[in-house]
Parts: sequence; C-alpha cells; structure tokens
Amino acid sequence: MDALVSQLFAGLSLGSVLLLAALGLALTFGQMGVINMAHGEFMMAGAYTAFVVQKVVADAGVSLLVSLVIGFLVGGLLGLLLEVTLISRMYHRPLDTLLVTFGVALVLQQLARDVFGAPNVDVRAPAWLSGAVQVLGVGVPRTRLFILALAVLAVVAMALALKLTPLGRRIRATVANRDLAETAGISTRATDRLTFFLGSGVAGVAGVALTLLGSIGPTLGTAYIVDAFLVVVVGGIGQLKGAVIAAFGLGLLQAGIEYSSTASIAKVLVFVIIVAFLQVRPQGLVAVRTRSLA
Amino acid sequence: MTRTTRTTRALAVSSGALVALLALSACGSRTDDEASGPSAEGSCVETDGDSVKIGFLNSLSGTMAISEQTVRDSLDLAAKEINAAGGVLGKQLTVVGEDGQSEPTVFAEKAEKLIKSDCVAAVFGGWTSSSRKAMLPVFEDNDALLFYPVQYEGLEASPNIFYTGATTNQQIIPGMDYLKEQGVTKVFLVGSDYVFPRTANKEIIAYAGANGIEIVGEEYAPLGHTDFSTIVTKLKGSGAQAVFNTLNGDSNVAFFKEYKNVGLTAETVPVVSVSIAEEEVGGIGVDNIVGQLTAWNYYQTVESPENEKFVAAFKAEYGDDRVTSDPMEAAYTSLYLWKGMVEKAKSFAVADVQAAADGVSFDAPEGTVTVNGDNHHIAKTALIGKIDADGLIYPVWESDGPIEPDPFLEGYEWAEGLS
Repeated sequence: MDALVSQLFAGLSLGSVLLLAALGLALTFGQMGVINMAHGEFMMAGAYTAFVVQKVVADAGVSLLVSLVIGFLVGGLLGLLLEVTLISRMYHRPLDTLLVTFGVALVLQQLARDVFGAPNVDVRAPAWLSGAVQVLGVGVPRTRLFILALAVLAVVAMALALKLTPLGRRIRATVANRDLAETAGISTRATDRLTFFLGSGVAGVAGVALTLLGSIGPTLGTAYIVDAFLVVVVGGIGQLKGAVIAAFGLGLLQAGIEYSSTASIAKVLVFVIIVAFLQVRPQGLVAVRTRSLA
Repeated sequence: MTRTTRTTRALAVSSGALVALLALSACGSRTDDEASGPSAEGSCVETDGDSVKIGFLNSLSGTMAISEQTVRDSLDLAAKEINAAGGVLGKQLTVVGEDGQSEPTVFAEKAEKLIKSDCVAAVFGGWTSSSRKAMLPVFEDNDALLFYPVQYEGLEASPNIFYTGATTNQQIIPGMDYLKEQGVTKVFLVGSDYVFPRTANKEIIAYAGANGIEIVGEEYAPLGHTDFSTIVTKLKGSGAQAVFNTLNGDSNVAFFKEYKNVGLTAETVPVVSVSIAEEEVGGIGVDNIVGQLTAWNYYQTVESPENEKFVAAFKAEYGDDRVTSDPMEAAYTSLYLWKGMVEKAKSFAVADVQAAADGVSFDAPEGTVTVNGDNHHIAKTALIGKIDADGLIYPVWESDGPIEPDPFLEGYEWAEGLS
C-alpha cells in the first residue's frame, strides 16, 4: 500500500516536471506551430538565473521566489529576441526553423559554458523545502510538492490567461484563423511575439524549479527537450488540456513501469507505448475540433 | 484552412523524426571496429636530437571535456616539471596534444595519428572505458605505448597499455571491505547503465555472497537520467544499511538531491561512491553530499611531502581555486613512471621500456607506487574518504599498504567464473 501511494506520488511528481517543461512548448509549438529546439536552453537560462540570483540574494528562500519571477523574464526575453530576429522570418518553413533553433540551442549552451564554466554549479534549496512531509503514510519530499503546486499554478494561470484576458482571446483567435483575426483588427504579429514571450517565460520558470531536483549545467535543457516534445505531441497540438493529461499520464506510466522493472526498461517501454499510441491516434489525445480544421 | 492542419501534422511528424534522431545520436557510437591491418613496420620515433616527442590524448570538447581537461592540465604540469629538471635521458619532452572529442572512434583515429605521423614515444590519456577499448587494438597493432590514468572495471591487461588508475581490487573491493568492517550486512547497488557499473556490481555481488552481505537492491539508470524518485523509493524500502554508488556524471546530482529530500542521511544509510572526486563535489552541492564516502587511491588532503609539492605546484600553475583529484594524480604519476622506465631501460624503444617496467617505482603524491611487470597495473594504497563541508575529501580508512593489482581477480576465490 505504501509502495502504491509513494509510486503514485512519484508519477504525479514526474508528471509535474514534464508538464512544467512542456507547458511553454504547448504554447509555442502547440499553438503557434513553431518547433523551437532552443526551448530547453531557455530552461537552462532559467536555472542559471536562479544561480546568479542566489549569488546576490543570500537567503535561499527569498532567492528562489525572486528567481521564479526573474527566470520568467529572462526566458521570455530570450524567446522574444529569438522570435523577432529569426523565427518571424521563417513561419511556414518548419524545417528551417527546426535547424536554426537547434543551432541557437548549441550557441546558448556554449555561451553558458563560457560564462559559467563547464562544470555544474549548485543552487541551495531553502530550508523550508528540505526534508519530507507525511502524506497518507508515506514521506513525500517538500521540493516535489512545491514543483507539483508550481506546475498546477502555472497551468491554471495560463488557462485563465488564454480564456479570460484580451491577450488570450487574441491568441486563440489567431490560432483558430489567422486571416480572419487580422480582418477583425488583431495585430497577429504582436500576438505572435507575446505568445512566444509567454511560452519561453514558462520555460524559464521550469528551469528555476528544476534546480531543486537536478544538476545545473550547460546541457540541462537537452535532458528535457525530448520529453517535452513528446508530451506536446501525445497531448495533441493546440490544446493545453492535452498536454496536462499527457504529462501526468506519461509520468505515472514511467513511474509505474520503473517500479516493477528498471529505469532503462521503463524509458524504452514508454517510448514503445507512445509510438504505438501515435499509430492509433496521430492527432494526439485531444484534437482541436473546429469547423475549419475538421 | 485544411492546409494549416496539414502543416501542423507535418510539424508533428518532423518533430517526431528529429526527436528520434536526437535519441539515436545520444546513444553513443561504435567503439571497437578500429582494426587496422598488420603494421609494426618499425618505429619512426626520432631519438637522435635533444628532444623526444610524447602525445597527450584527452577529450577537450564534448561531454567528457569537463573531466579530461583536468587530466590534461596535470599531464602538462608533469611534462613541464620533467623538462625543467633536465628531461628524460637528457632529452627535453615535446608534447603533441590531441583532442579525443569524447568519441571512442576519434580516440582511435588520433591515437593512430600520434603513433604514425607524429612518431611519439608514448601516449598518455583516455578516460572512458569505451575510449580505452577503442584505442587498444591501435596500440597493439602498432606496438606502441598508452598510459591510461583512470580507475576502471578491470578484466583487461594489454602489454601495450599501462594502467595507472585503480583496478577493481584496489578500489571497489576495498570499498566493500570497509563496509564489512563497519558491520554493514545489507547493501543497495545503484549505477549508470553501462559497462563499468554493471561489471563492478557483478563483482560486488560475488563478493557479498562470499562475505555474508545481502544485496537488497540493484538498480541502473540510463546515463543522464534525471528523475530518481522511484529508485530512491526502492532504496528507502529495501532496508539497506549502505549504498554502493557507481552512477556517473550529472545523475549523481539528481540522485543525491532526491536521497536528501526523502530524509536519508549519511549517518543512517551512507553512500560509497566511486566516481565522485574533488572536482565533482562543487557541482553536486556540498550540502547534498557532506558526510558521504568515496573510494579512491588519492585525495587532495593526503598528507605527504610529495602531495604538498604536487598540490602547491598545481595551484601555482592553474590558480588557487583549482582542486586535485585521483585521475589527475594518476596522470601526473603516469608520466613520471614512464620516465622511470625509460631511464631504467636507457632506451625509448617500446620493447625495452616494456622489459624494464617491472618494479619501477615512484614516490607519487598518493604514496609510493610500483609497476607490476606482468599485468602493467601499479600497486596502490586504497583510501576511503569522507566528504567534508569544505568540499574536500579526507581519508578515514586506508588499506594495509599498497595493494598488488589483480585485474582478473585471480587471488579471490569468490571471483571465479566472473571473467
């Protein structure tokens, strides 16, 4: 019973990490259709932001909260810069975008190596996040609860922003029908830029959160980019809901298989299951259903 | 707007293809097909002038660069010291440096270049076992010499390679000896999923069976694995009294953070690691790993005049913030051992050096080491160390003097049938 609960939690926790990594991508890839291979490097930038902020603000708790905000801005601004300088010139040329952003990813990795050095750096976790709390009889690390809460918060905030704010309406209108949106007086260029800013900003936040779990080095992003794309593809392009279900589903699947076999086997099996699933449902879990896209 | 849909699907497909490509390229490359034809057309090493060439072959780019650059630094230091002291047999050393690029195939190519076009008298370097395995046939076919400075999984002895890092009976087995002495009866094994951890754990399991220690879990994570919640859950539920850790690289960070977060501590369930040296402690975060154990043959804190001199010289050359570690010390020592062999043989020729190798010793920073002429490994003292809050590792236990190298574990009854 304990094992079941703790694995359930491990799966949810893994899902929340996947979700944070994939949420920004659900926006830039899912909504805008831009394959941004540098998305992982925006996470890396967020993680290094946490490192730099902690150099300035000594208190680990304050620095974590400050980093979440600054990490969002750093990720967002990097994304904005990328969108304005390169991606905006390549809409409707997905393969070019893919290659260019892959190049940008390599450049950013090397930049991090030059600025911060090749060895990993360390960000201290605040005292109130150390240790575990008892949930249903099993010890659950506070850091993982924090990340779970952060992921939920990020999803809710993004869903509300898309649904209720004027910007959200503009984004949805642009995705649904770009030409019609433009006729209605929406500046689709400005909308693109803002969407990209938001999506990349969330990557920065994810990077800050990941400092609580893993290593902080120039290649941090590469460890997550594949999983993040998988979540978006499995979830279905263009829907936040799909990404959420896919992230938690894959997290639980991975944790469940890993518990009864090994980590390597679990990775392989999850890949196999995804491939099989996409054969049956190439459009992903949740497909956009509108009259124009039928 | 059906076009948009198709574009979107095309996007999904092309991204999927890319993902698959990335996954493939991350899975490493071929290692052992560098079987060049018969050569040995005589050495082209030039020894008539007042200098002699040697080759340094380390990864200065790619994933292993972090570690291998430190080895190159200490090799450079040793060459500089030897030259300042008059060189080898009165000849100054000219270093030809090459970058192995963290790719076993590149290691094999560059080794061949160093031997055949640069005509070096000996090559120093390599780190991963796959790079060594890729270079082995090159050195054997060309009858050249490689000095390999990193601890490894044993079960190998080439006449053309000198192994100056520990083999298993000088690192892994002493690590287990230490745990046994501490009264540990239940051990959990965790490692990265490749040749070294799997071989090492096979040996540990055999050892445990013969010494009344129960292995309560054996888990492997793919290289670069970042989520250890499941493995740590299994560890916590296993009733283990200690962990033997053969994880490599970044995975250590994720593992130790998770370990600490679920409330395990070095006092209750100590972790013995064999791939964490002074260089890595900072990146894992001292807070996450303080009090944990490591098994090596050298630490920066070893107290000896030779080590004081080595550490001071290294810091003077590369900066006060640098640390020295076991592989760096083994590399530094390897150059001096080669010097000792050449001077004993009074010749740079490979056959003469091989013949003179047995019994050559050097007062290394780790203590006096002696070359075993039969298996080309060196006798080393095993040291169990404890990681301190200052980021350095301090010895808490040492073996009774240097341990004779036994790469095939022939001297251990329980090891029968392992190789």
